[in-house]
This record gives sequence, structure tokens and C-alpha cells, in this order.
Amino acid sequence: MGEIIVVTSGKGGVGKTTTSANIGTGLASAGHKVVLVDTDIGLRNLDVVMGLENRIVYDLVDVTSGNCRLKQALIKDKRFTNLFLLPAAQTKDKTAVNPEQMAKLAQELKEEFDFAIIDCPAGIEQGFRNAIAGADRAVVVCTPEVSAVRDADRIIGLLEAAELRNPKLIINRIRPEMVKRGDMMDISDILDILAIDLIGVVPEDESIVISTNKGEPAVMDQGSKAGEAYRRITRRIKGEEVPLMALDVPVGIMDRLKRLVGLR
Amino acid sequence: MLEFISRMLGRESASSKSVAKERLRLVLVHDRASISPTMLNRLREDLVKVISNYMEIDETALEFNLCQDDREVALVANIPVVKMKRDYADAAKSV
Repeated sequence: MGEIIVVTSGKGGVGKTTTSANIGTGLASAGHKVVLVDTDIGLRNLDVVMGLENRIVYDLVDVTSGNCRLKQALIKDKRFTNLFLLPAAQTKDKTAVNPEQMAKLAQELKEEFDFAIIDCPAGIEQGFRNAIAGADRAVVVCTPEVSAVRDADRIIGLLEAAELRNPKLIINRIRPEMVKRGDMMDISDILDILAIDLIGVVPEDESIVISTNKGEPAVMDQGSKAGEAYRRITRRIKGEEVPLMALDVPVGIMDRLKRLVGLR
Repeated sequence: MLEFISRMLGRESASSKSVAKERLRLVLVHDRASISPTMLNRLREDLVKVISNYMEIDETALEFNLCQDDREVALVANIPVVKMKRDYADAAKSV
């Protein structure tokens, strides 16, 4: 019996889709049979992040409404034969699926796969309720900004109200040099406020933009810092104890001098 | 000058992170309790009204706040009592 993990955040643009793609690809590269499910109906993007946008025939709504069988809608990944994508519909809206249908689909996916990673849309309305309907575990993505942390707090409350206990936190796009000079909340500040378990910290990294441009998740890029962070998160999801990646940037006296005179 | 030295030493006088943290702390207390500042004020007025039936209180020194601890929110009121109302004590005795 597989496990359903929903990736959610409340706020948009914090990296849910990137996180879903990387966790899913990471788990698949470790040999697990994985399906990525895009529940952002009307604004699908997991397909382009995975580089699979040209292969879509059927979508999530076709499956839940009985237009096709689950197997027909699943798209095989380019890199891993044990990784699949169930894309969202692009021409319908969130109400085209209801939580009961999603819970039923989740049961079906659990029988077929080791892991189903559900990419949740932003917001707290029906799209969110659909995404969490069949989930066993939740991962909350949040950036070190006031608005993202506030929305994460709201989402944590809603997850707990929906009996999805112990959600795990990913702090995304942290910038060590800003943390160092006291202009960005650090890990302990955010954990202090949200009071949930941390499952990973991903640094802001240009390689994410590049890998998204190419449609190849950064988790497969051995030279990417964010990719390394996602590799560690993947191992933690499987239950391994992995230390946090060192993010510290050494700040020397020359850096301070340069900053002081406005050179950086 | 002092600020200059502290910047050289890598210390910021007032980091924007602590501002962010404090603003978040306050906004979350209200989010979590789903209580608006207006509602909190009305609750405070009602409380003062009820307590004033029994004792004389110092309204200027009254502290009234929603406090947050972990994921719990508590309503903490510090209400200095000036004196008990004699007429209430008498009324209670005669019952």
C-alpha cells in the first residue's frame, strides 16, 4: 500500500510545484514507483516543470469523471520508467472535481504506486480541499517572508482541522547572506512561529530557474545546491535521518567594507 | 558613529528580520484566535462593565491582551482593583 503526500502552502509562488517535481523525481531515482498529481485545475504547471507538456492526452478531470481509465491518463516520465504524471485539466476550473472523487482516486493510486505526490493549488478553497482529500501526509512549503509564513500558519491550522496531523515544513528560497546580516528570518525564527517539524531547507538557487527552463528537475543536477537540498528532503521523506545542509556563507571584513561603501 | 562601528563589526542596529518577526507574531495571534481588534475592544468594554458591578477597578492601568504560546492562545487580563463595592457585599449578605 502506497502513501499519498500533499504539497501545499496557502500562498502562491513559494515553490509548491518545483518541490513536488523534485521530491517525486528524487523518490523515483531511489527506485520507488511514483506518480505526480497536478491538482491545480485551470493553471496546470507540473507538466512543464517536468518537461512533459507535449505528451498530455487525458487529464485528472477525465479520470475522475470517468472519461478514461487512470492508466490512459498517466504520462510516463522521460528519465525514469517508474515515474508518472497525472496532469490537471487546463480548460476547466476547480469545481470540476470534488473531494470525494479525489479520495477515491487516492485509494486507486495507493494500490498502484509507492508514493503519490499531490501538487496543491494556492488558496484555501475547493482546490485545496480536493488536494488534501485523500492525503496521508502533508508537506507545507514556505519562504522566509511575512506573507508566506502567515499563510503557512493558516494552512497548518486547516490541515489539522482536516485531521492531517503533523505536517512537515520546507523552508524554501532562503538566502544565507541576507539571514547573516539580519534581513531575513532564519530557520529557528520560522520554526518558532509555526511550531511544526522541519523536513528541509532549500537555498535560493539560480539552478532552479535553469532546470525549470529545461524541464529537468534540479534534484538530478549533482552540481545544484537546491538539488542537494531536495535529495536530502527525499531521504527524510523515506524516514532517514539526514543532517541539514550547511548554508553558511563566510562574511569577511572585505565584504563588510564593500557593503559599507555600496559596492554590494 | 556608533552605528558605523557596529556595522563594521557586522551588527545591525535594528534588523528588518526582527521587525518581520514581531509583526508576524502579532498578526498570528489574531489569525489563530480569529478575533478582530474591534471585537477585542468590545470584549474589553463588556468585561469592564461586568466587573464594575462588583468592584471598582483602575481602568487606566488595565492590561488586556491575547497572548500566544506555542499553538495556544490565552486571554490575559491584568485588572487592578481599587476597592470592593460595599453595596454588593451588603446585598450578598442579606440574600
